[in-house]
Amino acid sequence: MDLNYITGILTLAGINLMAVLGLSLLTGFTGMFSFGHAGFMAIGGYTSAMMTVKFGLPFIPALLIGGLVAALVSSVIGKLTLNLKGDYFCIATLGFGEAIRLILDNVQYFGGARGWPGIPHHTNLLNVVIINIVAIFILANIVRSKHGRNMIAVREEELASQIVGINVFRYKLISLMISAAYAGIAGGLMAHYMTFLQPKMFSLTKSTELTIIVIFGGLGSISGSVLGALVLTSLPEILRAFSNWRLVIYGLAVVIIMITRPSGLMGGYELTPSSMKTLYTRMKNKNKGLPNQMEGGKTI
Amino acid sequence: MFKKTLALLLVSLMIVTLALSGCSKPATETGSQAGGADASAGDVIKVGWMGSLTGDQAVWGQCELDTIKMLFEEINAKGGVLGGKKLEVIGYDTKGDPQEAVNVAKRLTGQDKVVAILGPNASGSAIPIAPVLEEAKVPDIATVATNPKVTVLDGKVKPYNFRVCFIDPYQGAVAAGYGYDVLGFRKAAILYDVADDYSQGLTEFFEEFFTTKGGTIVAKEAFKFGDVDFRPQLSKIKDANPEVLFLPVFFKEAALIANQARELGITAPLMGGDGLPSEQLFTMAKDAVQGTYIVNHVDYDDPEVQDLKSRYKNKYGKELELNGYLAHDAVVLLVDAIERAGSADSVKITEALETADVKGVTGRIKIGKDTHNPEGKEAAIVKIEGDKYVFQQKYSAKLD
Repeated sequence: MDLNYITGILTLAGINLMAVLGLSLLTGFTGMFSFGHAGFMAIGGYTSAMMTVKFGLPFIPALLIGGLVAALVSSVIGKLTLNLKGDYFCIATLGFGEAIRLILDNVQYFGGARGWPGIPHHTNLLNVVIINIVAIFILANIVRSKHGRNMIAVREEELASQIVGINVFRYKLISLMISAAYAGIAGGLMAHYMTFLQPKMFSLTKSTELTIIVIFGGLGSISGSVLGALVLTSLPEILRAFSNWRLVIYGLAVVIIMITRPSGLMGGYELTPSSMKTLYTRMKNKNKGLPNQMEGGKTI
Repeated sequence: MFKKTLALLLVSLMIVTLALSGCSKPATETGSQAGGADASAGDVIKVGWMGSLTGDQAVWGQCELDTIKMLFEEINAKGGVLGGKKLEVIGYDTKGDPQEAVNVAKRLTGQDKVVAILGPNASGSAIPIAPVLEEAKVPDIATVATNPKVTVLDGKVKPYNFRVCFIDPYQGAVAAGYGYDVLGFRKAAILYDVADDYSQGLTEFFEEFFTTKGGTIVAKEAFKFGDVDFRPQLSKIKDANPEVLFLPVFFKEAALIANQARELGITAPLMGGDGLPSEQLFTMAKDAVQGTYIVNHVDYDDPEVQDLKSRYKNKYGKELELNGYLAHDAVVLLVDAIERAGSADSVKITEALETADVKGVTGRIKIGKDTHNPEGKEAAIVKIEGDKYVFQQKYSAKLD
């Protein structure tokens, strides 16, 4: 395997991971499904590319502005749609994602459907890894904070959490904005990796792919999202040896894993030093016939 | 316990897959079966190909790959290139997705160590691979990527990107020029796909050249990829009463539009670009597309074209799609460059490509040093009569 090729796949996995982490907060921890996150990626991507290309800003500030703009847009969308329950919110995001793509198709300032070439190449494996570590650190702290627990409460039982005094709408909005910011930064990373943006890159398929990764990795698990992004981004490339059957096998693999592990790869568990220790002790004691908790998974 | 076993099985399956793909040779097709097996690694020149083998443009991608395989077999049977070296193509699917194209380019240049890449057919895939090519110093010859920005960006030519087709502005200029000057149309309507890069480009340039010539665009309506009902747009177009309806779209939409336009009573002839010619067009809308003018890359009546067409049909039992002709010319261009470079070194091939001047089935291909496009290539105007594309004339337009 060539190093350059592997670096490329890992960079792409890292970019996907960034978007997935945000979506993980929204879907995994707050319990709202979104099929429009590619739209936020597009907003972040185009904004940060505009910052570097047209205004000559350095890479990192451009990324942050991209994330910020995506979060701002999401707050507007959120205010309008977050009162919708369950499936309705999901459909609203779907419409939003497609709308963003079609708007970008028509904005000739950004090259329209023909795309926008000539964006400087800034994204490499090193900065993707660093940004992801920072992102995971922030996300883990959010999830374990009071706010994170409130979000989980909203996920588990909306009505009950409302009764105990959690502002459900507010926490949903915060969750959506943070996840949009993550997606926006991911879009910015993508723009400066591909050096080319085309609205086609942010289609419904991309949104679905992100949601699949979150579910595949395990809802409510950050380490699951990391694992899911790595596995599902590299799988199509690993399967290249099967040529035309590649995508069929890819689909089959996802289906089989979801059947055997309905709660995803990690199933709500985290891979932290302490959990690894517990796992190790349990492995040592497994001859004693203790029920294996990892087996059952967790109901979401 | 059952679940655990299944999970274990699955994990082992994935490991096996990983190991397989890591160790085994990627799915390649050696040009000549016998020759490929005999030749040692040093005698094989690996050429990459990328394009859509899945998705809505899979028909064209498959045709390109098949054509290249066939031509390589023929070349190898005749003794190969550089005095006996065999050509081998390694083809990967991009799904028409820019992201996949970048992955494929990295794989071809890094892992498979190809000397050159042929394809892709989509401009959206050809543009983002440029940095990868530059890093690896491997040339790419795009087949039907007609966006000007594939080879030239901000006035600077990209050192490793080449193509064998003409570009969108040229195609638009030819369509506008032929429609206005030769056919005498003064009022044109356009129906285009707003979400498609090719369609948007062609629309822009057709409009520009048609109006500078003095014509008017009486209606310009858009649809979105995936639409199947065009009656609302067509009704407006009918009210505008155009003399010609320009369709910068692909054959599938064109067939549906043609059928619905005739249903609504639009009698104006249709006109389209290189997205239209396909055998599929006749099966879908034979009666409705009669009399349609198409700006094409290739004159189907040319004897050389006929020869290629029959060779392909004999081998695969299918009609050769338009992409096949351009894939053929890309192969001709590459083989010429390899021979003139005198080695299979990708940098030397790139240098040779810059001064290439060969004759392909789609016309003379003289690569311009500052554009990496085939300069002054004439377009072939064809007209649909019965179930044939009847050649009208070669037509070239001057850009500004």
